[in-house]
Parts: sequence; C-alpha cells; structure tokens
Amino acid sequence: MVAARSVEADASDDRRGGRIVRATGLRLALPTLVLAMAFSVSGHAQERMAPARGGLEAKLEYCKTCHGLSGQGYLGYFPMPRLAGQQPEYMEAQLRAFIERRRSNPVMRNVAHVLSPSMITALAMHFRHLNPPPFGGAPRGSIATGKRIYEEGLPEANVPACSACHGTEGKGQNEIPRLAGQVYQYTVGQLSGWKSERGQGTAVDTSAIMAPTAHNLTRSQVEAVAAYVSSLQ
Amino acid sequence: MKRIGLKIAIVAIFASTVSANSSWAGESAAVRNCTWCHGTGAQGYTVAPRLAGQRPQYIMSEIRSFREHARNNPFSKQYMWGAVAALDPHTARDLANYFATIQPRPANDGDHTLASRGRTIYMDGIPEANIVSCYACHGPNAEGVRDIPRLGGLSYSYLKGRLEQWGQGYHSTPGSPMPMVATHLGPEEVEALTSYLSFVK
Repeated sequence: MVAARSVEADASDDRRGGRIVRATGLRLALPTLVLAMAFSVSGHAQERMAPARGGLEAKLEYCKTCHGLSGQGYLGYFPMPRLAGQQPEYMEAQLRAFIERRRSNPVMRNVAHVLSPSMITALAMHFRHLNPPPFGGAPRGSIATGKRIYEEGLPEANVPACSACHGTEGKGQNEIPRLAGQVYQYTVGQLSGWKSERGQGTAVDTSAIMAPTAHNLTRSQVEAVAAYVSSLQ
Repeated sequence: MKRIGLKIAIVAIFASTVSANSSWAGESAAVRNCTWCHGTGAQGYTVAPRLAGQRPQYIMSEIRSFREHARNNPFSKQYMWGAVAALDPHTARDLANYFATIQPRPANDGDHTLASRGRTIYMDGIPEANIVSCYACHGPNAEGVRDIPRLGGLSYSYLKGRLEQWGQGYHSTPGSPMPMVATHLGPEEVEALTSYLSFVK
C-alpha cells in the first residue's frame, strides 16, 4: 500500500513537471534552464532540449534519426543507407533526384523537398567527414564470391567490375557513390529494384548506367556483392 | 487509481517471488502474472500497455532494458524492474512469443478529430520542423518490425506518456533514436499522432 501511494505521488509530480516544461520550454529559455537544474537536483531525468529549428544542427539530428546517430545507417521498417563518408557530389545529386522525382522514395521525397541548395551542400560536406565502423550484420558466407565479382565482374553475364567505377576500396568518386560499409539490406534492395526506384521520368539521370548491370546480376550475386561491400571499412 | 496501484503492487511482489524454473504452459502462472496488469487477453489496462500482437523481439528487448534499468520512467521502475528480475531468458522468450500471437485490438481512446492530422505526421513527418516520418521505421500500418514496436492501436495515454518521457530524458536506451525524435515533437503533434495511432487496426 505504501509502495502504491508513493508511485502515485511520483507520477503526479512527473505530470506536473512535464506540463510546466512543455508550456514554457520553447518560449522562455531561462525558466527552462532553472527547471532543468531543479529537476536534476531533485533526481528527475533532465529535459533534453532540441537545437533551434531551421539551423544545420537541427537538420543533422533529423537526418541522423533515421540514418544512424553517426551516419552509419540503420534498419527501420526500411533499410536506411549509410551516409557517413559518402561522396558529396553523389549525395547532392540524389537529394536533387528525390526533389525532381527522378528517384522515387515515399519518405525521401518529402524530406528533400524542403532543403535549400545551401543546406544540401552543408549536409553533404558534414557527412563526407564521418567515419564510423560499418553497420555490419551481413551474411559472411558469400563475401569471397562478392569480392571476386566486385573486382573482376562477370564477363559472361555482361557485368563489369564494380571496382572500375567505385574504386578498389569502394570509396566512389564524384557522382559515383561510396559503397564501403554500406548497409547490406539497403544495397540488396537497390540492386534488386534499380529500375523501379532510379531514373524515373524522362529527364536524363546518370543512374541509368547501373540499370543493365543491376539487371544482369542474379539474386545470389547481388547478395554476395552487397555482403562484400558492407564489410569494407 | 488507488485500487489499481495496489493491485499492481501486489502483482509486482507476486512476480518477483515466482520460481525461475517454473515449467512453461500456454496459460501458465507466468502469463497470468503479466495479464494481471496488462489486461485480460493482454489488451492493455490503464498504464500497462497492450502486449497482444507486439513484436516478440521488442518485448524481449524491453524485458532486458527493465532488467538493466535502462527503461527508467516511474512506472517501469516501480513495477517492471521487480517483475522481470526473476524472469529467466527462456520464459521471457516464451512469453514474448505467446503474446505476439494474440490478435491485438485497437484502444480507440484518442481524439477522432485529430486522427487525420496524426496520420499525416505519421507518414510524412514535418520536414520543415525536422520531425521525422514514423512510417520509415514503424511501417506503413504501424505494425513494427524486429525489435521496433507495433504502435498501431496502442492506447493514446500510453503512447503520449512514452513520448513525453523521452522528451524529459527518461528511458534513453543507447543507440535508440527515440529521445531525439521526441524532443522535436510539440504537444499538439504528440496529441495528433497518439490519437491517430490509437485507432489503427
């Protein structure tokens, strides 16, 4: 009985505190700070303040909510690609492709259309310098096969060596993306559904160059290549 | 409320004394220890969320975070820390799998007039305000996947409490994006989202 009462008291303190902070938090920084200090003194968890809306910091948090707190990628309902270390030209090109509907994606279309050109550049420059370890989680059995396809291609199936454009270390260049450390499920999804996502509409889109290659790979070859590149640092 | 509190307290004491090696059966003591608070048929009851239809990996990960005291809001601390303390991993897994198979019923306790606004936020987020799409992680019908929870049909009051508590710094599991998500949501957005979700079948 005593335990039950103290919990009720605790919970109502909590509700009161929550309401005060919500009502004043964004408008009055000073009272919020005082409250936050009071909270930490009285043993409550501390209010976490969001960075100011409209700035680069807030937008980066927004990106990292889905793409991983270090840009390493994340598995939500959909796989979210690694952005860390990505080529800025590629990232800018893709954000423009979402805006111009050349790349179809139900989430990223909305995300990209509010970004100003200068914000796009700032985001791309930020992510290029991040270098967390690969997300991991790919099956390991086919990595050797993947490495062979990546480095030598499949001449009999008209698949060029991936390394010819993406580089032997998978770092990419200019508009050609970095693949090193990419989330396995994301790479598999892209290579399996290339033509339904990339190069939509009639406008010229450089991603067209990957369409025949993606088409010529079997499912197990796609998985092998994706597993290999996901393991690259 | 007082009576419920007492009931929960009794169960918490009960659960902590249950022998860890009790053998598993569909309607076992272990299940009854959960449904006492989480409602008949595990459909949720006041502050205890619905377990029916929840992702088994999510239930297991929450049990772990109660045990490790990472999920630390007042009710979790008071009830769940004790309730899972004596739960062995096999029983935890069996419970998670059992509850996952029960057909979930929507709580329907949100504000109907806010549901369509809530659905827009759920699907698209509010990119201008750096509010992310919930859909990207929780799925088109809020069904969840792996250890990402099903949100569809959970009660308005439970969901609202969780979102507010993240904003206040509670239960921040390392690596979880939810504290960040919650700090960007204003009170109106929380009302709309949680109302919408309470009606999702």
